[in-house]
Amino acid sequence: MTSAVQGGLSAELRGFQRVQTLAYACAEAVAAQLRPGVTEREAARMQREWLRARGVRDWFHLPFAWFGDRTAFVNFRIPLQFFPTNRRLEPGMPFILDMAPVYEGCTADIGYSGCLGLNPVHDKLLADLEAHRALILREVRERRPLREIYESVDRLMVRQGYANRHRAYPFGVIAHKVDRVKERRLSPHVFGFGTQSLKGLASDVLHGHRDGWSPLWSPYKFSDHPPQPGLWAVEPHLGFRGTGAKFEEILVVTDSADPEQSAFWLDDDLPHVRRWAEERAAA
Amino acid sequence: MTTVDLLGARERWVRTGGVELCVAELGDASRPTVLLVHGYPDSKEVWSEVAVRLADRFHVVLYDVRGHGRSTAPKPLRGGFTLEKLTDDFLAVADAVSPDAPVHLVGHDWGSVQSWEFVTVERTQGRIASFTSMSGPSLDHFGHWIKKRVTRPTPRRAAQLINQGAKSWYVYMLHTPVLPELAWRGPLGKRWPKLLQRLEKVPADGYPTLSLPSDAAHGAWLYRDNVRPRLRRPRPDAYAHAPVQLVVPSGDIFLSERLYDDLGRWAPQLTRRTLPAKHWAPRTRPDQLTAWITDFVTAHEDGGPAAPASAVAPAPGKHAERFAGRLVLVTGAGSGIGRATAFAFAEAGARVVAVDRDAESAARTAEMSRLVGAPSAWAETVDVSDEQAMEKLAEKVATEYGVVDVLVNNAGIGLSGAFLDTSAEDWKKVLDVNLWGVIHGCRLFGRQMAERRQGGHIVNTASAAAFQPSKALPAYSTSKAAVLMLSECLRAELAGQGIGVSAICPGFVNTNITATTRFAGVSADEEKRRQKRTSRLYGLRNYPPEKVADAVLRAVVRNQAVVPVTPEARGAHLMSRFTPKALRAIARLEPPL
Repeated sequence: MTSAVQGGLSAELRGFQRVQTLAYACAEAVAAQLRPGVTEREAARMQREWLRARGVRDWFHLPFAWFGDRTAFVNFRIPLQFFPTNRRLEPGMPFILDMAPVYEGCTADIGYSGCLGLNPVHDKLLADLEAHRALILREVRERRPLREIYESVDRLMVRQGYANRHRAYPFGVIAHKVDRVKERRLSPHVFGFGTQSLKGLASDVLHGHRDGWSPLWSPYKFSDHPPQPGLWAVEPHLGFRGTGAKFEEILVVTDSADPEQSAFWLDDDLPHVRRWAEERAAA
Repeated sequence: MTTVDLLGARERWVRTGGVELCVAELGDASRPTVLLVHGYPDSKEVWSEVAVRLADRFHVVLYDVRGHGRSTAPKPLRGGFTLEKLTDDFLAVADAVSPDAPVHLVGHDWGSVQSWEFVTVERTQGRIASFTSMSGPSLDHFGHWIKKRVTRPTPRRAAQLINQGAKSWYVYMLHTPVLPELAWRGPLGKRWPKLLQRLEKVPADGYPTLSLPSDAAHGAWLYRDNVRPRLRRPRPDAYAHAPVQLVVPSGDIFLSERLYDDLGRWAPQLTRRTLPAKHWAPRTRPDQLTAWITDFVTAHEDGGPAAPASAVAPAPGKHAERFAGRLVLVTGAGSGIGRATAFAFAEAGARVVAVDRDAESAARTAEMSRLVGAPSAWAETVDVSDEQAMEKLAEKVATEYGVVDVLVNNAGIGLSGAFLDTSAEDWKKVLDVNLWGVIHGCRLFGRQMAERRQGGHIVNTASAAAFQPSKALPAYSTSKAAVLMLSECLRAELAGQGIGVSAICPGFVNTNITATTRFAGVSADEEKRRQKRTSRLYGLRNYPPEKVADAVLRAVVRNQAVVPVTPEARGAHLMSRFTPKALRAIARLEPPL
């Protein structure tokens, strides 16, 4: 991975930043259109259409939408339950929009948490995610093994009184690598995942397996290695009694010796980061 | 024989329809009026305990129903007790005591039966602001309930019908001529107070009053004048025009809880409450009733029937009808099972006291409890093994928050290692927290519950290790086995006072007890490694503490004695009874550390 240019991002990273910004713009646009009675399927379709209209042709994964206690993955047993259902949005319900579009060969994977109307529990969860964003960056810069960082995040969640819900994702991952994707005329997907992206991930798994690392950041032994340079879509997901909240954004890890440059968030101008800044300003 | 008194009550007489009603008033007349209606065979004094408690905040009015207490009886008795006439009486009293504002009705037993009539007939529109019903269904709703079950008797419905039919034996007796009057004026009237004390656990405080024989003899006409006609031809339009709070005593031997299954259809603004009590709840649970009545009346005072739903938005959690507004104290509430339990109670609308030796985590639990639905929550920093600190805590809780309704003795620490490696110091520490912590809790808060004489519940967190021996956990298992036996003994002792005791045996639950467990007989580094390793193993098992918390609430609702929670705990519990040898074999296995 190329390291960031001092005082600015390399052209390649700018591409990733552009698609991440686009994805968050989509999330905010769709969230603003959510009304009581909208179903998860409709919300997922709204995201898909919004992004298609702006040139997205391929996906790391198709957009997801979770409403109500599905934001905390209550009673999720099989991965098929992640797919959008006919659950309708009600006033006060939390929701999460999660999408991973590929645009001009760059992948973004974002998660946007919101709620329809007032929900103090959801606000609290969202506010408490800030500590996780700081913790993850700090420990990645310290080059601690990913598995241990995972456990630190877990401990912080327990201290905050929350349940770890990213555990419910495939392999219990808190993050996974994303990369450039070849643009093809056809971009089929299986089980919601783009085949091109899956191919990239599979080849990373293969290479990583030889070199002792994994593109999946999990609580298991195969993640017992220092952060691998590259782009990581990090998605800590808190759950608290039927309410869930997460953010997902790209963490850039480089091989630079300078701690500041060895790891950084691709973009700090994101809805959740702005929200925390506003809360601090208001307090 | 002493009789109960309504201290400081102002009396007045209201003439209506040929009878004179004795009306008593307490409290400031400018406050919202709460009208308490008594049942059968009672007089207005049945409300004495509740009335004095309500009088601080409300204008409390009680009256003797016609033919009861000091009110006069209609002549002739036959046909003098119809619900129409009782409605006349109510309107006369309401107009006399609160001519301008609607009143808040509270009815028990027949007082509730007639109040249902008041609240569902047209001519009382605008006179009733809210209605709290206990142990008395509407005869019309009851009639529809029976009809539905008779016309389409599925096995379940038939069983419900037979069950309630058996509970109503006294109704049939009261329909026989003369005999009930003779019994009440004779031996039954004499023995009734003792019967109430023995069967219903009503305190021997001078209630029932001396007028009981004539109350009961006259009151028989309540049944004879109303039950048959109403059950045969229930009104099709008996919809409540005021918000209703239904209090169901779960131990009522006269009324099945199933009677209220369809009530949502008749009372659109319905708040349900359940109370672990017998039929005479106004005598045995005055504090709880007062709290619920106060909340409900306050919520419906300002806006009247159209009050915003948020004012009384029922807590969302399971068992909210049982725990709303009750005081729950949880020790070890800063993490793991204790914290999840505090949250579960908070979600059910209980007031929560979160006790932990770590101030920060206790405060966090209290804060989050308020967020999920506790009307109030407090954090207390106490080490449960410290006797004096616990005594201070008990005193503070009693004076500032009230008597605890549910106590969860959950605080505990882990200690692993061979018996021969465990030092006396280690033993003392684990017994101090795991056993003495529970003893202090039960002793101090249990005494407060017993002295209040209004029931309660104690939950002690034991462990699957209490019946699963293991060579890896001798000290821990010993302490937990002691907690289990203590709970069983205490359950026997407190059963007579309506206080339940449950022991919860969780099993392998993913909490941070593994990260703080002491491993005796190994170096500090090795201890760290083992803590990490156990935490990972428990993490892989990943049984969430929230499920244990659900089991705790269920145990309190059902008053279960011993509750193994995880499948392995249930398996071990079963094996300890039927194949203890197999458990002993398991005890010899080396844990995979």
